[in-house]
Amino acid sequence: MADLRTDFVGIKSPNPFWLASAPPTDKEYNVVRAFKAGWGGVVWKTLGEDGPPVVNVNGPRYGAIHGADRRLLGFNNIELITDRPLEVNLQEIKKVKREWKDRAMVVSLMVPCEEESWKKILRRVEETECDGVELNFGCPHGMSERGMGSAVGQVPEYIEMVVRWCKQYTRMPVIVKLTPNITDVRKPARAARAGGADAVSLINTINSITHVDLDSFAPMPTIDGKGSHGGYCGPAVKPIALSMVSEIARDSETLGFPISAIGGITTWRDAAEFISMSAGNVQVCTAAMTYGFRIVDEMKSGLSRWMDEKGYATIEDFRGRAVPHVTDWQYLNLNYIAKAKINQDLCIKCGRCYAACEDTSHQAIMMEKDGKRHFEVMDDECVACNLCVEVCPVQDCITMVQQTSGVDARTGREINPEPANWTQHPNNPMSLKAAE
Amino acid sequence: MAQAPDIQAKRLSKAQLEANFANLHAPLNAHEAFVESDRCYFCFDPPCMKACPTSIDIPLFIREIQTGHPKSAAKTIFDQNILGGMCARVCPTETLCEEACVREHAEGKPVKIGLLQRYATDAAMADEHPYGRGKFSGKKVAVVGAGPAGLACAHRLAMHGHDITMFEAQKKAGGLNEFGIAAYKTVDDFAQREVDFVLAIGGITIEHDKALGKGLTLEQLEKDYDAVFLGVGYAGVNELGLKHENSKGVEDAVYKIAALRQSKDLSKLKVGRRVVVIGGGMTAIDIALQSKLLGAEEVSILYRRGREHMRASAYEQELALSHGVAICEWVMPKKLITKDGHAIGLKIEGTVMKGKKLVGTGKTYELAADVVFKAIGQTFVDMTAGALALEDGRIKVDEGKRTSRPKIWAGGDCVAGNKALTVAAVDDGRRAAESINTFLRGSHHG
Ligand SMILES: Cc1cc2nc3c(=O)[nH]c(=O)nc-3n(C[C@H](O)[C@H](O)[C@H](O)COP(=O)(O)OP(=O)(O)OC[C@H]3O[C@@H](n4cnc5c(N)ncnc54)[C@H](O)[C@@H]3O)c2cc1C
Ligand SMILES: Cc1cc2nc3c(=O)[nH]c(=O)nc-3n(C[C@H](O)[C@H](O)[C@H](O)COP(=O)(O)O)c2cc1C
Ligand code: SF4
Repeated sequence: MADLRTDFVGIKSPNPFWLASAPPTDKEYNVVRAFKAGWGGVVWKTLGEDGPPVVNVNGPRYGAIHGADRRLLGFNNIELITDRPLEVNLQEIKKVKREWKDRAMVVSLMVPCEEESWKKILRRVEETECDGVELNFGCPHGMSERGMGSAVGQVPEYIEMVVRWCKQYTRMPVIVKLTPNITDVRKPARAARAGGADAVSLINTINSITHVDLDSFAPMPTIDGKGSHGGYCGPAVKPIALSMVSEIARDSETLGFPISAIGGITTWRDAAEFISMSAGNVQVCTAAMTYGFRIVDEMKSGLSRWMDEKGYATIEDFRGRAVPHVTDWQYLNLNYIAKAKINQDLCIKCGRCYAACEDTSHQAIMMEKDGKRHFEVMDDECVACNLCVEVCPVQDCITMVQQTSGVDARTGREINPEPANWTQHPNNPMSLKAAE
Repeated sequence: MAQAPDIQAKRLSKAQLEANFANLHAPLNAHEAFVESDRCYFCFDPPCMKACPTSIDIPLFIREIQTGHPKSAAKTIFDQNILGGMCARVCPTETLCEEACVREHAEGKPVKIGLLQRYATDAAMADEHPYGRGKFSGKKVAVVGAGPAGLACAHRLAMHGHDITMFEAQKKAGGLNEFGIAAYKTVDDFAQREVDFVLAIGGITIEHDKALGKGLTLEQLEKDYDAVFLGVGYAGVNELGLKHENSKGVEDAVYKIAALRQSKDLSKLKVGRRVVVIGGGMTAIDIALQSKLLGAEEVSILYRRGREHMRASAYEQELALSHGVAICEWVMPKKLITKDGHAIGLKIEGTVMKGKKLVGTGKTYELAADVVFKAIGQTFVDMTAGALALEDGRIKVDEGKRTSRPKIWAGGDCVAGNKALTVAAVDDGRRAAESINTFLRGSHHG
């Protein structure tokens, strides 16, 4: 049986599945239920400064995008940080950590951008004997209007400054939670590292409006006729998070910088993908909010089976394996030739591939043969774009087949077994210059 | 009603018979399983799980299928029900998990839990056995009867490290999985393949042609073993109590079904042209439908109450009706009509409820038949010579399936309160094994 234990910046947990800072981790009751269900750790719902807590709206704070059978694909929220008194949270954190020593307990924090505020809260959080803190520089709504959350996360200098304070005032590991609402995620990650952070976690939610009500013309969720953008998360954001994680994983300035991956993680496979992209663990919010804590059973059993089947004894055995395979477009092999192939035994003759290719792409599919409805790829037109593969409703009916020898029927050129990329291509003015 | 009875083999061509006795439901392919598993809502405190006698974590196994791990799904199933493969084929899911599915209530279209379970277990059974034998405990347990109850018990005991000897009256293991279940529910010798799968854990030996009450005694077993489990099923069948019941052409459905299940060439099996079945349970449906599939022209089931009272589920009734079987409700057999020692028909009387009592209406009619099947229930035959306390004619057991004698446990059809379903037998077997294990570990010396 695979060993799922992880040690993330010195924080040990029995498995890599943590609950992200959000409603599932807002109080003792939830967190204890989560631990009973088998979650490896939690990042407690973001705490703010002492004093009167923030207040949330008293109407809908969530919106969602659904698939046809009400499968929740994307989730949107306008919730703020915890709205419970600081002292209550701290007491509960201490109690739960004492009772659940083997689980990771990280506390998320967001206070104004002033040294004294951070110093004060860190001292109190340390008393809970929690395992570390996560700085919430990501929340994109409400808090950002008050100069916190993503308002800090969007300014690398602020990140670096606050991290420095934190590292100065606590011996606990400091994880910096990044916002995706930024052009280049490497910049805040570099700033976090420069400030001395132990790790980054990403992504927080993405600015979003899920719908507009076409009767009231108000964005959803609507509070008394008005709406505000919220933060998007859930399965829909996974590709964005995965790409951002890959950017940090392969940036020379943040090479080897520990990453806790967040964003749309719903199954064991999502987790395995993020870990292969170098994440040391994963955090989950929407999947738990959609299906309940019990889904961790499938995440653990699935990851463990996959590792057994692949012969990986520990998480470290496959962590980061995908990183060397991520590169820039300019280094992709332009001598690699493939053609789409339609399996005639599986084809149900719906014609979706034809419509896609004929109307919007390269006119490389025929729809008739010997007077009969028949769909077949014409190699002399096919550029192997993969569109037909993706729109075909039958799994594995259309596949991409590499052509390794002979002549590419489309270009009339001999297949060149030697790889060559854009940097070497004759059409690239830069490469010509290099040749001169 | 004077014609000679028409009973013969080869009513249908071999090809037709083969088609008739193929899988009742085609198994799901990967894509179908993926789409179907997506329909599960992963309910909280899942009603389907509560409705399953073996409490399989159904939402979890369906989610495991959804995420591409049918073998993990199978493990989730086997953890509770090592005969999950057979149960996927034979459970009346329409009255168990699928009846409880919230989508049944919402749309009348439950998630196809049985077919998904089959998809998962089929994937895993092609593989290595998923469990290891526990470290040998030094204890020996005798299991009498290698039906679903006995097999489930033996497997769980082997997981706990005990040594098991099974004593089985028949030459084949499997119990009614091998001799009773309708042929189209368990094609391709599945019952024997499943027995092999269960035994692959190791530590279990089966001694065939060994029957309790015929050579084997309870006292001897108690002496030779640390604990004993009885999973002997029902050995007897109920009688109609009519004159001429021993005439030719009057048969016990369960014996005919056993012969059908053991037949290597269905075209050699004789079947009547007009078949009458008396009864209202699964056995009645099975013999009626299988007679029809063998080529009988007219098949009628006679039941003494209304269809809603039948033990066979509405789905099973529908299955029979859709194959051309007639179900005559509110009638009872009055008299067997025979000629030259052979049944040629029945005299039937209408029935009606008078208060709480079922009584004849006095109206009678005659029904011609070449064969009459009795399918009015089976009975437990006590082969322990009264050594065990009984309740309602079956062995009395406690929660842990322990009998009135401290070293003896029992489960399946032979115990009081059991629902007489494969899955109920499996559940008893597993529970008994857990109780036996606690007992053996407790009485551990050193
Ligand atoms: C025709 C028919 C169709 C059925 N169809 C279904 C169905 O579709 N779905 C469903 O869920 N259930 C069905 N059932 C019920 C189901 O088969 C039984 O509930 C289940 O097999 C009971 O398991 P068991 O282990 O208690 O007994 P059995 O399956 O009867 O096994 C008992 C075993 O003990 C052996 N044995 C008996 N006496 C002795 C002895 N003295 N010494 C040693 N060994 C002995 C027998 O040979 C047999 O192997 C059907 C039953 C019948 C008769
Ligand atoms: C309702 C809700 C409240 C959230 N509150 C916080 C918060 O207080 N602090 C924080 O760092 N992230 C918060 N998040 C963001 C999540 O922790 C997480 O980063 C994000 O939802 C992406 O993960 P997911 O796709 O698994 O949901 C919240 C998310 C949701 C849905
Ligand atoms: S989940 Fe529903 S019931 Fe629970 S607080 Fe939200 S709106 Fe109310």
